[in-house]
Amino acid sequence: MSADEHDVERDAHSGTQTTGHEWDGIKELDTPLPRWWLWVFYASVAWSVVYMIFMPAWPALPGLAGETDHTRGLRDHSERANVAQAMEELQASRAGGYAALEGASIQEIENDPDLLGFVRAAGEAAFGDNCATCHGSGAQGAPGYPNLNDDVWLWGGTYGDIRTTLRVGIRAEHPDTRFSQMPSFGRDDLLTGSEIADVTDYVLSLSGRGEASDDVIARGREIYDIQCASCHMEDGSGDPMQGAPNLADRNWLYGSQRQQVIGIIHRGPYGVMPAWEGRLDEATIDALAAYVYLLGGGEEEGAANRLTGR
Amino acid sequence: MSNAQGLKRVGTDPGTAAVFIITFLGALWSLFAAAYAPDAAMRGQSWLLLGGFLTGIVMLVGTIAGGGVIDDKREYNENVVKAGVIATMFWGIAGLLAGVVIAFQLAFPMLNLEPFGFTSFGRLRPLHTSAVIFAFGGNALIATSFYVVQRTCRTRIAGGIWPWFVFWGYQFFIVMAATGYLIGITQSKEYAEPEWYADIWLTIVWVAYLLVFLGTLWKRKEPHIYVANWFYLAFIVTIAVLHIVNNLSMPVSWFGSRSYSLFAGVQDALTQWWYGHNAVGFFLTAGFLGIMYYFIPKRVQRPVYSYRLSIIHFWSLIFIYIWAGPHHLHYTALPEWAQTLGMTFSVMLWMPSWGGMINGLMTLSGAWDKLRTDPVVRMLVLSVAFYGMSTFEGPVMSVRAVNALSHYTDWTVGHVHSGALGWVGFISFGAVYCLVPWLWKRKGMFSKALVDWHFWIATFGILLYITSMWVAGIMQGLMWRAYNELGFLEFSFVETVEAMHISYIIRALGGVLYLSGAIIMAYNMYRTIKGDVEEEDENVIPQTSAVPAE
Repeated sequence: MSADEHDVERDAHSGTQTTGHEWDGIKELDTPLPRWWLWVFYASVAWSVVYMIFMPAWPALPGLAGETDHTRGLRDHSERANVAQAMEELQASRAGGYAALEGASIQEIENDPDLLGFVRAAGEAAFGDNCATCHGSGAQGAPGYPNLNDDVWLWGGTYGDIRTTLRVGIRAEHPDTRFSQMPSFGRDDLLTGSEIADVTDYVLSLSGRGEASDDVIARGREIYDIQCASCHMEDGSGDPMQGAPNLADRNWLYGSQRQQVIGIIHRGPYGVMPAWEGRLDEATIDALAAYVYLLGGGEEEGAANRLTGR
Repeated sequence: MSNAQGLKRVGTDPGTAAVFIITFLGALWSLFAAAYAPDAAMRGQSWLLLGGFLTGIVMLVGTIAGGGVIDDKREYNENVVKAGVIATMFWGIAGLLAGVVIAFQLAFPMLNLEPFGFTSFGRLRPLHTSAVIFAFGGNALIATSFYVVQRTCRTRIAGGIWPWFVFWGYQFFIVMAATGYLIGITQSKEYAEPEWYADIWLTIVWVAYLLVFLGTLWKRKEPHIYVANWFYLAFIVTIAVLHIVNNLSMPVSWFGSRSYSLFAGVQDALTQWWYGHNAVGFFLTAGFLGIMYYFIPKRVQRPVYSYRLSIIHFWSLIFIYIWAGPHHLHYTALPEWAQTLGMTFSVMLWMPSWGGMINGLMTLSGAWDKLRTDPVVRMLVLSVAFYGMSTFEGPVMSVRAVNALSHYTDWTVGHVHSGALGWVGFISFGAVYCLVPWLWKRKGMFSKALVDWHFWIATFGILLYITSMWVAGIMQGLMWRAYNELGFLEFSFVETVEAMHISYIIRALGGVLYLSGAIIMAYNMYRTIKGDVEEEDENVIPQTSAVPAE
């Protein structure tokens, strides 16, 4: 079978010579390279060489690289310089808006349509990248993560309050962070299971819910007055100074079902929001605070809290 | 034809003794690791390793007691190829199943089943990639290369017991790596996740593979080396180099799982993508071109289209491919000049890649009618078409301006899968459909209709997969770069994820179809091997086990 270059056969179908080799019945035709293939190959090589001449392409070649450690190419192109320039241009284009925002009160923002549009755009972008993970892309919240569209504010809802919360975080590592802690009544054996059940029924009754008997409600109230009223207030209206939620409304951060409320009293919630000071610049924090304020529920500076009356 | 009893066995030759010593040392190391490993993961893993090595010792004792492995130059070693074919099918289904699971996890994150750490996407994703690339693809390559190198060199495979060591050692590596991922052992290098001890084991197996292959070429009875073997050899040699260099690392302790890479920062990234891209180039391209160059001319009974083209495209492919890795690091800390080289070499790679496609497709010249009559040929040819498509898409995506849009998006995932499902999957399935009747001496496959069903279901699955990922990826890239008129980003990240939800579901369904095709194939293969073949397939030309006389 070792046929050599002489005495080669021709393929009947194509009329092309074979190479005379054969392996396990497989032969090879001696077809020339397809011309279009060869020319496209040459063209791609030529294009690449031209590209390398124009763009940074080779590590230091003597006499070609000059000051740098690689050839700069005829265009002296630098992607890093381009990025730095693009960033500068972007920042310059935003500078006017941020300058107007600095020190502006929320009324001034609301009354200036240009500034308002800028704040909404800046805040929305920052919110999407930093806040949406927990609060949802529409700021609708999730169990344990407050809805920011409503007018319920655990730590106050004025422009200034929101800015402070953003800056220092909640139970975060910032020295001035907002801090409070509800005890884990069940886990730490401060209350028995039946006491927690009673106080839960009382808390549900504050918003007109639950079907517990008057006896149970009375027992629950007794416990509530001793254990809960100092933060959540006697009428259950809460205290934004301590981040204590209003228990008499229909808003429930951790869920409104009886079992969910029992669970929260048992373990004591410890929600954390990061402090953004140092992670975001002041201008972005201002824009975010205004954006959140303008979502619909911001409270006016100095006005009485709509819910607590204080 | 002589039966197994009449064939020469090697007894306890030096090869068998060497394999025994390697296995024994492995068992000893595992035992020490079980006792002294500093991390809990390794203490768990070491028991599995010990079990594997002890199983190896039992198998060796059995072999020695039976007079050693068969090594008779009158016959080709087809048993090791049979084992490889079955392993290919098994790991193929395992890997595709893992892929379907993680595709659904991406569409429905609750399927991560958080209480069990090992079911999370992060653990299952490397399980999928390693299972399809290294377990399915690797076994297909080992099995076919052992078959092809024997036939085209007209000699029995070299090395006595060593081909068997390569086969079982490789399966053991797969199990070692996969169980490691599930319990959280990883060195966090994509497609090179196994830790140092598994890397060393693979190195031993791979060097044995190289020597077996070279030994067979060395004692060939043909004056020339067939083109398929050039590609197989390029694959084996280059993978050895890539594997060793990218995994250079310092273990924290003798028996712990952790190690630290020799490289850091951008050097580490460049080494990783030099490895990663050439894993595509030399594992998933060169190796499978080896399959193509044997199985297509063999199945269609036509000569290879152009010997000259095979030479030129082989050398240009292997010379240019090795430079293309930096295109994975466009717009990163990698210096721009290196990015330029990665991009231009990728563009120059276009025609060398297409040389293989031309040779594969044009080999059908004079036999195009077989596309109508033989579903296996259809599978092989569509595979080459997907090869052509993804080797065009690749250079396009390597261009920096295009990459600015495509990088980090699901377009990349779609691109990889048009190559993986279309090219690698179909060429392997096609080769296995050829091999099963040849190896088990059947008239054809149990059901030609089922081969056809496999072809159409899987093809439809691929189309769903890649079109949904194109749409998802391009949309994702456009959303990421969209700015409003005030200079702020139009969309947040989570909005892009939300927008891709429907594409993710379509992709997962595409995966289900592809997996279904493979399950049909496994059933067809089972019935064929069992001996239920009734109709004769005129496209199956029987291959005997006997080595032709001089």
